[in-house]
This record gives sequence, structure tokens and C-alpha cells, in this order.
Amino acid sequence: MAVELYKEKYRSQVREVVLGATKEEGGTRTKTITVGGQTALPFMYFEGENPHRPVVAMEVWDVVPEDWPASLKNYFEDVYDDPAAWAKKCVEEYGADLIALRFKGAHPDGKNASAEDCIDVLKKVLEAVGVPLIIFGCGVTEKDNEIIGPIGEAGAGENLLLGIATQDNYKPVASAAMAHKHCVIAQSPVDINICKQLNILIAEMSTPLLDKIIIDPVISAVGYGIEYTYSIMERARFGALQGDRMLAMPCIADVSKEVWSKKEAYVPEEENPEWGDQADRSLAWETTTATAMLHSGTDIIVLSHPEAVKKIKTHIDELVQGGS
Amino acid sequence: MIIIGERINGMFNDIAHAIREQKPAAVQEWAKKQEAMGAGYLDLNVGPALSDRVTAMKWLVEVTQEASDLPLCLDSTDYDAIEAGLKLCKQPAMINSVPAVQEKMDRVFSLASEYNAEVIGLAMSEEGIPKDAESRVALAMELVANCDAYGVPLDSLYIDPLVLPCNVGQDHGPEVFETLRQVKLLSDPAPKTVVGLSNISQGTENRELINRVFAVMAMACGLDAAIADACDEDLIAEVATARIVLNMDIYCDSFVEVFRTQNL
Repeated sequence: MAVELYKEKYRSQVREVVLGATKEEGGTRTKTITVGGQTALPFMYFEGENPHRPVVAMEVWDVVPEDWPASLKNYFEDVYDDPAAWAKKCVEEYGADLIALRFKGAHPDGKNASAEDCIDVLKKVLEAVGVPLIIFGCGVTEKDNEIIGPIGEAGAGENLLLGIATQDNYKPVASAAMAHKHCVIAQSPVDINICKQLNILIAEMSTPLLDKIIIDPVISAVGYGIEYTYSIMERARFGALQGDRMLAMPCIADVSKEVWSKKEAYVPEEENPEWGDQADRSLAWETTTATAMLHSGTDIIVLSHPEAVKKIKTHIDELVQGGS
Repeated sequence: MIIIGERINGMFNDIAHAIREQKPAAVQEWAKKQEAMGAGYLDLNVGPALSDRVTAMKWLVEVTQEASDLPLCLDSTDYDAIEAGLKLCKQPAMINSVPAVQEKMDRVFSLASEYNAEVIGLAMSEEGIPKDAESRVALAMELVANCDAYGVPLDSLYIDPLVLPCNVGQDHGPEVFETLRQVKLLSDPAPKTVVGLSNISQGTENRELINRVFAVMAMACGLDAAIADACDEDLIAEVATARIVLNMDIYCDSFVEVFRTQNL
């Protein structure tokens, strides 16, 4: 007798969010990307739909990433002083689905790039590649609040994914998204309650933004509490599938930022011989972290290492329905 | 807990007047108001005094659907009126109600099967409302068995353990709570449960307070739905709070607003 698999029934769906805009839609992207739309847990095709495959964004900076270890920097040494060329290489050579443009150069302790400088970089990258863009600031709230408005305005029509709105500082990003019709990354500190509340706060500014929010639950690298992130994402997704429309948003995981700031990724073998080869170790760190995030239901994964991108894209091929 | 908004009922003068004069304004206002306040269904009852209940029910269904997209709960002891209403419902409706009386169950569950409707089953028989939980559960089991026999999904059945006013049948209160708990063990999937909330406070002082306390206590026993005053803001706030405390909704600071605006 055939065994009948028990199937969980869900009554709701994750919202679908479109990133980017083509010429017909008022932008200049050659294609848009749709994420979300799930009616079941990740890759559980027998229980419901996972209509859109997860996508991989590659990180591009507006300044040379001096601190990156050679094992990573080597892949970009011909382009990393030119964000447009760097983005082009990520898309054409390494297969990035999107570009995550990080305005590190705006950091007040670094180059302290102005909004105009950032816009200049944005325009060049938009021209160089046809994929949708994610925008990250330098990480200093005051400075990011200064540049996000002008960046949103300069990118009007492109349906950018603007980061980062937090509970204490969501208005600048949400306003830029509202005014210029972009999407928003809503970041909460591994906290399901704040995650939900922040979505409500953004929706109170503008109800249509509900369909333009991407949740950033703040992920951790392997060894740094990734299991907490995993359970938050699991809870959010269960909530979404059971009808909690304030949690029914796709998710992003900034794997690159978390992994490459950890010593396991950058400490050379000479300093810590028992950890083994730094190049292999860092690649494994990024790939393993990204894999866990993929399985927890992340829709957009941000990576840096071209080999990690390759491995994760292969893994996505294997996981999606019809994969081998 | 799902609130089935009780206000469109011919026992209220404005609704009785609206039905008599075929003026939909009052019905539609209440439909919109209850929806905005967080009701999940709208109960439609043509009232006791009417002779042509079929025509009245058809009219109520039509004018209500013009104002609200909520599913309807057709409330009548006249099953011809319910069938006439079901034919006009744009989405699956709820039949309110059927006791554990065989010929009535035969009629109602076959209607439910034909129109893909949910059913409120009353834990009472021809002999009236039982005194204790065991007898209520035995009648609930009859309803479950008939529901299943007619191919109606068991989670489309809402068992109403029948609430009596706390100043008349004070000893029924604990029996109702016990029934709510035990009904969940009758089948897999379990039937759902519902009460007519305002029954608990008939003829008492401070009715709303009694209703609200009863509602949250019943929720803790597994109550899924209540026919209630959706416009009682305190009741909605307390239901929202109970859902948080019972881990039915994920907490956020605006949890009451989220519950209120779930239909919007």
C-alpha cells in the first residue's frame, strides 16, 4: 500500500514583491525580479507553491574594499576601483541576479562621500548593468539619512530596494520609497515582535508600501547565533502562512556583511594554523551561512565571493522544483 | 476568535423597519461598520415577526453583499429561507443553525454539502438544552457523525454548546466551558466551536462586562467564534489581547490595531 504523505494546510500567502522596473514600467532595467508568493514552507512543493526561486545579489562598493582579504579581493582587482565595471563583472561573469550597492564611501570616518558623489556612482552602475539594485548606506545612521533621500530621487522609476529602515529610524527610508516608488528593507534585531511592529509603522505611513517591504531579520554568520535567526524566520513564515499579513513579506539575508566581518573569514592561516587555509575556510563560511539562510526561507541572499555565488546558485537549482 | 457580527437582526427596530420598507441603508451601514470593527462574518436574521421570511432573507443577502465582502451567516429556523439565501451568497456562507434532531440535520447538512456552507450545530435535542457537559458532548457527537456522513468537512462544523443567562442558569457556565474543551477531542480535524455571546448576560446589569469576561474565559477553553457585538470596542480589544496571551497571534506593540484592521 502506498504511504500517503501528511500535508500541512496553510491558509495564506507571502506577498509578492517586484524589484526593479523596465523601460515600460518607468525604469531602465532589462528585467525585473519577483520574490515571495509562497503558500508553503521553503521548497515544500508537495504542500504548496514556491513560485519564485531565491535570488543572489552580489555586493559592490563605491570605494576600494581595502580590508578584504586577498582571497576575495583577487577576484575583483581589475574592477574594484570602478563600481560600474565591478557590477558588470558580477552580473556578466559571476551570474549575479541583482547588485547590492553599498555606499561605504559615505562613511564620515572614511571618504565621507556626499549625496552627489553617491548619485554619480548610482547612475554609472544603473547604466552598466540591467539587473535591479539594492542600496545599502555606510552604516552610520545620520549620514545614511542624509544620502538616502537624494539617492531615492535620483533613482526614481527604477524601483530600487532601499535599505535600511529600523524601528528607531524608518521614516527617511520609507519616505524616500514612498515618494519615488521604491521598495524598503525593514530591519529588526532578530526580534519577531519588532519585525511585525516595524512593518505596521511603515504601513501606517503608506498602505501601498505593504507590498514593497522586504524583511531583514538580521542574520548571523555560522557560529554567531545563526540558529536564532533561523527560528525567527521560521516563526515569521509560519505566521505569514497562517494569515498574519503583517509578517507576510519576503526576506533578505545580508550574508556577505556578516561573514566577511568575522575572524573566521579573514584571519590568515599563519595566525591560527589549526583553522586551516583562509581562502577555503572563508568560502566555506560564506557558503554554509548562505545555505542555512536559503533553507530558512530567505528570498534574497547577498554574497561577495564568486565561488560562493556559484555554489549557492547550483544549490538553488537542486532545491527548486524540477531540480536534479 | 472570529466575531460573527450580530447586529443585522430583525429584532432590532432599525433592521425590522429596513426590511419592512425595503430600504437598505440601515443594513448596509451596519454591514460596513461591523466589518470595519473587525467582524469576520455578518449574521443575517430577518427577525421573529415576519411572515415571508424567504423573500426577506433574499433581500437581506443581496443588500448586505452590496456593502460588504464578508462571508454571511444565515440565521433562521426556516430552512427554506436559508436555502434561498445560500443560492444568492457570492462566497461560502454559514448556516445558523441546526439542533441534533435527525430530520433537521438531514436537511441542513445536505444544504451545507450542496452549497459548500459551514454549519452551526446546537448541542440540544427535542428535549431541550442539557444540563451537563456530558449530555452536550453526546449531542455534539451526533452532529459530528451527521456532518461527516453528508461529506461536510468536520472543520466546517461549529458546535454551539448553548449558553444560558448567568442569572438564570448559573450552573451551566462551567458545563459550557467543559463542553468547549471536550468537543475538540471528538474528531480529527476537530469541529470548531461557537457561542451566542450575549446569551450569558440576558437580563443582567452590566451586560457588556459579563460578555467580555465570558468571551476570554471561553477562548481559553478553545472557543473559535462568537456571535457578538462587533462594535463593542472593549470586547474587540480583549479578544485581541486573549489571542496574544494564548499565543494565537504574534505579539507586536500595535496588536489591538492589527486585530481591528485585519479585514482592511
